[in-house]
Amino acid sequence: MEVGQMQRRLVDYTKSLFMEKGFLDAQFLQLQQLQDESNPDFVVEVVSLFFDDSEKLLNDLTMALDQPNVDFKKVDAHVHQLKGSSSSIGAQRVKNACIAFRSFCEEQNIDATLRCLQQVKQEYYLVKNKLETMLRLEQQIVAAGGSIPMIELGF
Amino acid sequence: MLSSTFCLFFLSVKALLYSGLDVIQSQSFEERYGGDKRPISILDGIYDIWQEVPRRKNNIMVPSKRVEIDAEYDTVIYWKQRAAHLEKMLEASMQREQLLMEKLQESIKNLEKQSSPVEELSQVLKRADNFLHFVLQTAPVVFGHQDKELRYRFIYNHFPSLQEEDILGKTDVEIFTGSGVKESQDFKKEVMDKGLPAKREITFETELFGSKTFLIYVEPVFSKAGETIGINYMGMDITDQVRKRERMIKIREEIAVQKAKETELNRTIHITEETMRAKQMLATMSHEIRSPLSGVVSMAEILATTKLDREQRQLLDVMISSGDLVLQLINDILDLSKVESAAASLRKILTLEGNVADDVPVEVIGDVLRIRQILTNLISNAIKFTHEGKVGVKLYVVPEPPFAKEGSQNGSAESTANQSTTNVPKEETCTSTSQTSSDQRGFHGKKHEGSCQDRSQSERGTPVTHGTIDVTEEQAELPETTVWIRCDVYDTGIGIPENALPTLFKKYMQVSADHARKYGGTGLGLAICKQLVELMGGRLTVSSQVHCGSTFTFILPYKVSLSCDHSDDPDDDLSDMDDHGATDDDATAGFFQFQPRTLGSLFSSNGSSRTQNLLAHNIGYVNSHKINGFSENCYSFPTSNGQTKEMDLVEDACSVAEALEISPEPESSFSHSPDHDNESAICRDEHHHNVVNAENKVSTRDVSSCSETSREVDVKVKITEPQLPAERQGRSDSGFQSTLNSSREASNSISKPKILLVEDNKINVMVTRSMMKQLGHTIDVVNNGVEAVRAIQYHSYDLVLMDVCMPVMDGLQTTRLIRSFEETGNWDEAAKAGIEKPSPSSDSLQPDCTPPKRIPIIAMTANALSESADECSANGMDSFISKPVTFQKLKECLEQYLP
Repeated sequence: MEVGQMQRRLVDYTKSLFMEKGFLDAQFLQLQQLQDESNPDFVVEVVSLFFDDSEKLLNDLTMALDQPNVDFKKVDAHVHQLKGSSSSIGAQRVKNACIAFRSFCEEQNIDATLRCLQQVKQEYYLVKNKLETMLRLEQQIVAAGGSIPMIELGF
Repeated sequence: MLSSTFCLFFLSVKALLYSGLDVIQSQSFEERYGGDKRPISILDGIYDIWQEVPRRKNNIMVPSKRVEIDAEYDTVIYWKQRAAHLEKMLEASMQREQLLMEKLQESIKNLEKQSSPVEELSQVLKRADNFLHFVLQTAPVVFGHQDKELRYRFIYNHFPSLQEEDILGKTDVEIFTGSGVKESQDFKKEVMDKGLPAKREITFETELFGSKTFLIYVEPVFSKAGETIGINYMGMDITDQVRKRERMIKIREEIAVQKAKETELNRTIHITEETMRAKQMLATMSHEIRSPLSGVVSMAEILATTKLDREQRQLLDVMISSGDLVLQLINDILDLSKVESAAASLRKILTLEGNVADDVPVEVIGDVLRIRQILTNLISNAIKFTHEGKVGVKLYVVPEPPFAKEGSQNGSAESTANQSTTNVPKEETCTSTSQTSSDQRGFHGKKHEGSCQDRSQSERGTPVTHGTIDVTEEQAELPETTVWIRCDVYDTGIGIPENALPTLFKKYMQVSADHARKYGGTGLGLAICKQLVELMGGRLTVSSQVHCGSTFTFILPYKVSLSCDHSDDPDDDLSDMDDHGATDDDATAGFFQFQPRTLGSLFSSNGSSRTQNLLAHNIGYVNSHKINGFSENCYSFPTSNGQTKEMDLVEDACSVAEALEISPEPESSFSHSPDHDNESAICRDEHHHNVVNAENKVSTRDVSSCSETSREVDVKVKITEPQLPAERQGRSDSGFQSTLNSSREASNSISKPKILLVEDNKINVMVTRSMMKQLGHTIDVVNNGVEAVRAIQYHSYDLVLMDVCMPVMDGLQTTRLIRSFEETGNWDEAAKAGIEKPSPSSDSLQPDCTPPKRIPIIAMTANALSESADECSANGMDSFISKPVTFQKLKECLEQYLP
C-alpha cells in the first residue's frame, strides 16, 4: 500500500473510532498532541501502559469477583483505577462501562457486577484491538517514510 | 380412467333415472381446455349409450344342385331314375333339417345360458355405486347439479335432512330458508352469468341444519354449443375449521395487541427512566449551579454596600434582582423534583402528630431556615414513605449528649476522615486561638461553664473580629445557656432495611433502584439533612424496622436567652440585627455553630490582625472575579458560596485567608508594583468607607453558609467593625506587607516553581507529567497521601496537584494534614495519622520562625458527585480540576496558581 493510501486509511479509521463507535473521545487527541519530536513514541507508550495496567486490573477484578465473599470495596477500587486510566487515554466506552460498574459495586449487586465485568472486558478488548490496528497503521506509515496525518475533529 | 368414466357415466344414468326424465340422456364429460386452461364441463345433448346390438350376419349359403340324369327324357327309366334321385335328395334334406334343428336347440340353450347385457351393466353400475358410497360415505361434502333455472337435477348429500324428492326440481330458496340461502343462490347465479368457476365461504343459519359454514365451489356447465345449461356445485362443511381459524385470528390479534402494549410499556418504562435520570441530572446540575451563582449574587450584594454612584447602583440592582431570580428558579427546580416525587403519594390519609414536651423552652435561638429545612425534609420523607398510619414529630429536652462532651474533652484525638464532620473543636484549635483580647477573655470566662460549642464559638470569632456571641451588647451581658433539644420524626411507613442504613445518608443514594423508581427524589435530602445537623453541632440518627416505620432523630444545641422580654430573634430578621448591631460598639461575632476544622484553619492560621483579613477580603474578590473569568474547568472555591440575601462570612473569611496566602496574581500581590500599591490602597479606602458606614449604621452582615454539600450551615454572624480607621490602616499595611515579603522570598529562592503530583494511577501520572513537560514544568510524583506528606515535609512546593481518591491515604485527609501543619507549624496531626515527623535536618520551616507558606492544593476529581467540589474546599483544597486532565485545564490552573 502506498503511503498516501495508508494515510487516508488511518484518517478514516481514526475518525470511525471517534465518530461512529465512540470508542475514543477528545482525551485521546490530548495524547496525540503530547507526542512530538522529543517524545516520538508517547502515544504508544501510554497506550501500552494502559494495556498492561488494564489487563492486570481486569485479572484482579476477575479474581476479586470470584471470591465466595466479594470485597466490593476492593472491586470498586480496581474499577476506579480502570476508570481513571481509561478516562485518561480517552477510552470512552471502557470508562462508561466502569461508571456503570461502580454504581453496582455500591449496590453490592454481585450479578450486575459480574455482568459489568464482562461488559468492561468486552469494551476493553474492543478498544485494544482498535488501538492496536490504528497504531500499527501509524507505524507502517512511518516505516514507509510518511508522516502521521493530523486528525481534525470538531470536539 | 375407465372406472372413473364409468362412474360419471353411471352417475348421470342414475340421475336421469331418479329424475324420471323421459328422454334418455347420457352425459359425457369431455376435458376441454379453454383460453385460461381451466377445465369446463360440457353436457352433450344426447349420447346413445344403448348401442344397438350388432346384427348377426346370416351368410349361410344353400347350394342348388342340379341332378344329372342319363336316361332318355320321358322314358320309364328316366322317370324311375328321376324318382330315385329325388328320393335321395329328400333324404339329404331331411338329414340337414335334423342337423339344423339340433343346432337351433343348441343355440337356444346357449342363449339361455348367456346373461343379458342389461344385467351385466346393472352389476357394473351397482359396483360403481357401492364404490362411490364407500368413498363418499364419511366425506362431509354435498354436491349436485342444477339446471339453468337452478333447480336441482342431481344432489348428493351424505347427511341428508331432506329426501331427494324434496330437493330435486327445486331451487335453494324453495327448499330452505335462513341466512346464507339467498347468498348461496345468488352466488350460483353469478357463476352462471360469468361462466367462470368460483369458490366462496358461506355461513348458513337455517332451521334445517343450524349454523354451519360451507366452502362452496360452483362451476358452470356448458352445452357443446357453448351455452350455459347449469352448474355443478360442491359444498364442504368447514364449520369447525372456520371456528378454529377464527379463534386463531383472535389469538393472533390478542398477541399483536399484547405485543403492542408491551412495546408501549417498554417505551414508557424507558421514558420514565430517562425522565428520572433527567430529573436527577437537573437536580444535580441545579445544585452545582446554585453554589457558584449564590456566590455571584452575594458578591453583588456586598458590592452594593460599597460606595457607588447612581448609575452603578442601578446596574447593580438589576444584577442582584436578576441573580435572585435565577437562584429562585433553580430553587424551584430543586423543589419541583421533590414535589414530583411526592406527588405519587398525595392521596392518602395520614395522621400527623405533634408533641412538644413541657420542658422545651418556648423560645430558643437557632437557625430557623436550616432547622426548617431539616424538618421539612424529614417530615416529607416520612409522609412519602408512609402509606397508612401516622407521621409525628416529638420534641424534648435532653442533657448534653456524650458526643459533645467527648468532643470538648478529647476532640483532638479525632483525626480520621469519618469524624471530620463532627463539630467538635479541637484542642489545638483552641490553644492556637488563645491570643484573645481582654474583653473576650472576660467573655470567654463567662462562657466557660457553658458548652464547648459556646467556647469554641467565642474563640473562633476572636481572631477575626474580636467578637462576642451573636447577641446584642445587652444580650451578651445577660446570662445565656445552651439547651439540647431532641427532635424525633417518626412514621409508620415502609421502613428501611438494615443493609441500606449505612448508605442512607450518602448523596444520591436511595434504598434501592426500585425505591428510586417508585418514590422518586434525588437522594440528596437526607445527605443534606445530616450535614446540616452536624454542622450545627448536632447529630442525626435513624432507627428503623422494615414494614413498621422509621424514626429520624436529630439532637441540636440551641441557645436560650434568659431575658424573657427579648423578643427579636436575630436569626430571623436581618434588619433587627442591624438595629441591635447599631448600638453595639464592641466587636461582636457569634457563630452559632460551624465546622471547626474549616473555620479553625481559617481563623487560627493567621497570626496577623483582623485587618489583614479584611484587606485580603477585597483582594479575594478581585481574585475570584478573575478566577471566574478565567476558566470553566478550574473552579475556585472562595466565591462559590453564599445564598441570596445571605452572605457567607465564614466562607468569605475562608476565601480571604486563602486568597491572600495564595497570592496568585502578580499584579495584586507578588510583584509589589506601584499598580498594586494603588490597588491595595483603594481596597483599604473602600474599607474605610465601610468602616465609617459601619460606625453609623454598623456594617453588620448576616452571614450564612450555603455551600450545599459540606457547609450548609446557617451560621449567622454579626460583625461590627469596632476599630478606628487609622489604626486599621496601619495594621493592615504591616500585616499585608509581611505576607508579601514571605511569599516573595519563597518565590525568589526557587527559580522554577516546584510542583508535586499526588496520583496513584500510572497512566494519569504519565499523561499529566507529559502535559506538564509541554507546559515547561517538571514535576515530582508521589503515589499516595502519606508519600505526599513526606515529600512536603522535606521539600517546599509551590503547587500540589492532588488526586482525591487514593489508596493508603486519600487526598482530602492529606490536605487536612498539610493545612494543619501550615496552621500550627508542626506535624502533630500527621504524626497522629501515623506519619513520622521529619528529622530536624529537614529544610521544612520551623513553626517558631516564619509561619509555613500555604501551598495551593488543587484537587483532581474523577467525578463531581462522590468527590464533590465542596468536600474538596471543606478539606482545605483551593480548587479542583476535573478528570481527565487536559492541557487547557492544567494551563489555566498553572496560570492561576503559579506566579
